[in-house]
Amino acid sequence: MRRTRLLRLPGVLAVLAALALARGALAVDPTEMPTPELEQRYLALTHELRCMQCQNETLADSPVELAADLRHEIRDMLLAGKSDAEVRAFMVARYGDFILFRPRFTARTAWLWLAPGVLLLVGALVLGRVLRQRAALLPQDLTPVDEDTPN
Amino acid sequence: MNRFLLPMAVFVPLVAILAIGIYHAPEKDIIASPLLGKPAPDFSLPDLADAARTVHAADLRGRWYLFNVWGTWCGGCRAEHETLLEIRRANVLPLVGLDWKDDDAQARAWLTQLGNPYAVVAVDHAGRTAIDYGVYGAPETFLINPQGLVVYKVVGEVTHDVWTREILPRVPRAAFPGT
Amino acid sequence: MLPELGHFALILALLLAALQAFFGIAGPALGRERWIAAVTPAVAGQFVMVATAVGCLAAAFIGDDFSVRYVASNSNSALPLFYRVTALWGAHEGSLLLWILLLAGWTVAVAVGAARLPRAFAARVLGVLGVVSFGFLLFTLATSNPFLRLDPPAGDGADLNPILQDPALAVHPPILYTGYVGFAVAFAFACAAMLEGRLDQEWARWTRPWTTTAWAFLTCGIALGSFWAYYELGWGGFWFWDPVENASFMPWLVGTALIHSLAVTDKRGLFKSWTLLLAILAFSLSMLGTFLVRSGVLVSVHSFAADPARGIFILAFLVLMIGGALALYAWRAPLLKSTAGFEFGARESFLLFNNLLLVIAAATVFAGTLAPLISDALKLGTLSVGVPYFNPTFMLTMLPLMALLPLGIHAGWKRGRLSDSTRVLLLTLAGAVIFALTLCFGIFAHGAVLTPVGAALGAWVILASLVDPLDRWRRGLSLSRAVLGMTVAHIGIGLAVIALTSVESFTFERDVALGSGASTSAAGYEFRFDGVAPIEGPNYDGVGATITVTRGGAPVAVLKPQKRQYWVQHQLTTVTAIHMSRGNNLLVALGDDLGAGRWSIRIQIRPLVTLIWLAALIMAIGGAVAASDRRYRTARAPAAAPLPAAAGEQPT
Repeated sequence: MRRTRLLRLPGVLAVLAALALARGALAVDPTEMPTPELEQRYLALTHELRCMQCQNETLADSPVELAADLRHEIRDMLLAGKSDAEVRAFMVARYGDFILFRPRFTARTAWLWLAPGVLLLVGALVLGRVLRQRAALLPQDLTPVDEDTPN
Repeated sequence: MNRFLLPMAVFVPLVAILAIGIYHAPEKDIIASPLLGKPAPDFSLPDLADAARTVHAADLRGRWYLFNVWGTWCGGCRAEHETLLEIRRANVLPLVGLDWKDDDAQARAWLTQLGNPYAVVAVDHAGRTAIDYGVYGAPETFLINPQGLVVYKVVGEVTHDVWTREILPRVPRAAFPGT
Repeated sequence: MLPELGHFALILALLLAALQAFFGIAGPALGRERWIAAVTPAVAGQFVMVATAVGCLAAAFIGDDFSVRYVASNSNSALPLFYRVTALWGAHEGSLLLWILLLAGWTVAVAVGAARLPRAFAARVLGVLGVVSFGFLLFTLATSNPFLRLDPPAGDGADLNPILQDPALAVHPPILYTGYVGFAVAFAFACAAMLEGRLDQEWARWTRPWTTTAWAFLTCGIALGSFWAYYELGWGGFWFWDPVENASFMPWLVGTALIHSLAVTDKRGLFKSWTLLLAILAFSLSMLGTFLVRSGVLVSVHSFAADPARGIFILAFLVLMIGGALALYAWRAPLLKSTAGFEFGARESFLLFNNLLLVIAAATVFAGTLAPLISDALKLGTLSVGVPYFNPTFMLTMLPLMALLPLGIHAGWKRGRLSDSTRVLLLTLAGAVIFALTLCFGIFAHGAVLTPVGAALGAWVILASLVDPLDRWRRGLSLSRAVLGMTVAHIGIGLAVIALTSVESFTFERDVALGSGASTSAAGYEFRFDGVAPIEGPNYDGVGATITVTRGGAPVAVLKPQKRQYWVQHQLTTVTAIHMSRGNNLLVALGDDLGAGRWSIRIQIRPLVTLIWLAALIMAIGGAVAASDRRYRTARAPAAAPLPAAAGEQPT
């Protein structure tokens, strides 16, 4: 695997770029945790942390060595009784927020997390207005509806 | 306002964001290190030259140094080796190597053959220290100040330009030897 | 010689596209009958030229002409013939050529179909398509020419990316692109209407079959891509919310909204400006997808070679096309007024809900996909957005959409009269709940909270969709293809919802380390690892494992997953082995050699996963059936439309 390690340097970026669809191999990770609860947390964490070396892959899916090292790190931390939050904090302290596929809710990411709700709210207000307007137009609207073509 | 202008009002900033995206695209693989301005993580690792000796990060404090993560399996490390030798010759600040996930014998042979730019090389077989430094590929190089804080990080090769334009200006002249 | 001929044909196609755009738009505007008459020949000529160019490139691939740079980069003399043909669209330049060919094909189809439309309007539609085609041809010739020569020629080619050496490459891109490009037709119809300043119910009827057809192709293309990722990429996932996947999903969501909004405009003459906006939006998102995939601004697992120069070109094109259309919209849309009214519970209201939820779903996917870019541009720091964001936010809009769908199809136009259907709705809902409880607690005996909810909603959609058609069929009444298609598509979406919500919680997945002869049991199946043996293919070698699956001692399947090392690119790829058993999809992938004959092996048992793609196919079939309704074909325009069309004229 070492020979295929992706190196981050400008000259190689061009070569990397030429390898469209560059992922082919997968990580098969036979790590076993002592309890189903730990197993569940291990899987959840490895699936929401990013492999820094790869093109948009999770630690769980990535075949590169660094991802395997980080999976071992997570396993060891969970076995040592660390919480999920502690594992995430450990990763962020070293690799930054980029490693989290679930962005933390902060002042800088609030817009992203609130966007769906705000849009729904605004949409509901606009919808309510349109519905009221159209209902008000109903009495004057005498055009018949052709029921033979139901859609 | 004409509400039919609203789509345009969304579209214009979007174009600006996409344009900035194109402008930044070449660097999108370089992720800013959260370690900048923070203490360089501690470690105690075997010395490549003599496995019986240990390199302690704490012992490196008190002066400016470059912490360079490399391995003999890494093509970029080979490419930047010339510059590292040039830095050694400049004798401004020492290079501390971290031989990452490598074979000791091969690493020693590499330094004998290509020349050794390092004051000392710590060996990280398990990759544990590399994780502490947030390394995600080799080569990576950290500029560390006398207080042991990470001042700057180079992801990828240290070229002559990076050395003269990015690294040197960050080191105060007073720290140069002979001043 | 052939590559030069292809290059030349492409240049001619560019000129013809320019003529098509000019005559198509200027002809009706200035009332020049002869200019209008020149549009169709330009369309035909452009198609012939593009087809010639594609033929020349195909000949270069088949004939192993490694003096052509694109061929040398994406083919190899050892590559089987089938892949030498499909390699044509295996990378950026060729796939762009495929895009252009499909656009030329759509344009010819529109030109033929437009015989029923007013001449000036048809000319405008073709003119706008000419602008789109011109932009893409110029883009290809200026930044991505597949015909450039290498001097000296390469001895052999660098080979097609091993992951693309799969039969799916033959169908996935062409079908997906047909869908993408198809939205250009809806876009052209919208622009033509705005140029003409006239948009009536007839316009919606003309536009509907084209949009629905494009949507059906896009549905099919996305499903094929998902299926391909499932079996080829190896981790057994079917949707990763990757930027490139999202790039195709956003136009699909907006396209789905457009189909429904067009129905209202067609039937009631309502929501005209909204329908126009959706038509612009659906194609804009297709174009944005092209930009995101090819400019290298986002990190994706399956994007093309990144090149900022290409990004700048597409962005400029995007600004002209979309910016132009939106400016036209801001100018013309205020003229469109409708005085039609409807009750709160009428079908129009539900279709509005549908549009609102679909557009917000698309906006959410958009926000998540572009968040890394937006965050960077606004100096808010780097961030990653993945499954943990997309899954819950997508549910937020999809669950209400599914809950409203059964009500919507039972609501009448104009006046809801939903109370007439209360009994039917409650009965079908009860049936759906019983189904969901049986599925979750009877068959699988476990499941997340959302699973019974999703399963119940999906089942409700299906049952409620069937009531009216079955009733008509029982009474011996005919069913129009439009209604039949709608019903089929709704059954498809219902099945998809059931499958999607079930798969996640009923999947059994485990990575194990097994020595030769050892076995492991999973969900009632016994998997025995019989060791590995070397394999050799036409242009790769590697190892293949044999895994015997039994259930209660009875043989189920012998699975042979492989790990291949392709010779030219030295790339390691995983080939999963998949078997269907009792509705379960058994998937086995080979991991690493752990030494001493032990290998790590991934075992997945996914019930109902096949249903996801089947459901998408059913949706697409529904779309195709609806698009073929007689109503769209018999629509006959006045023999001679007045020229020039009076700007600003619209029915109220």
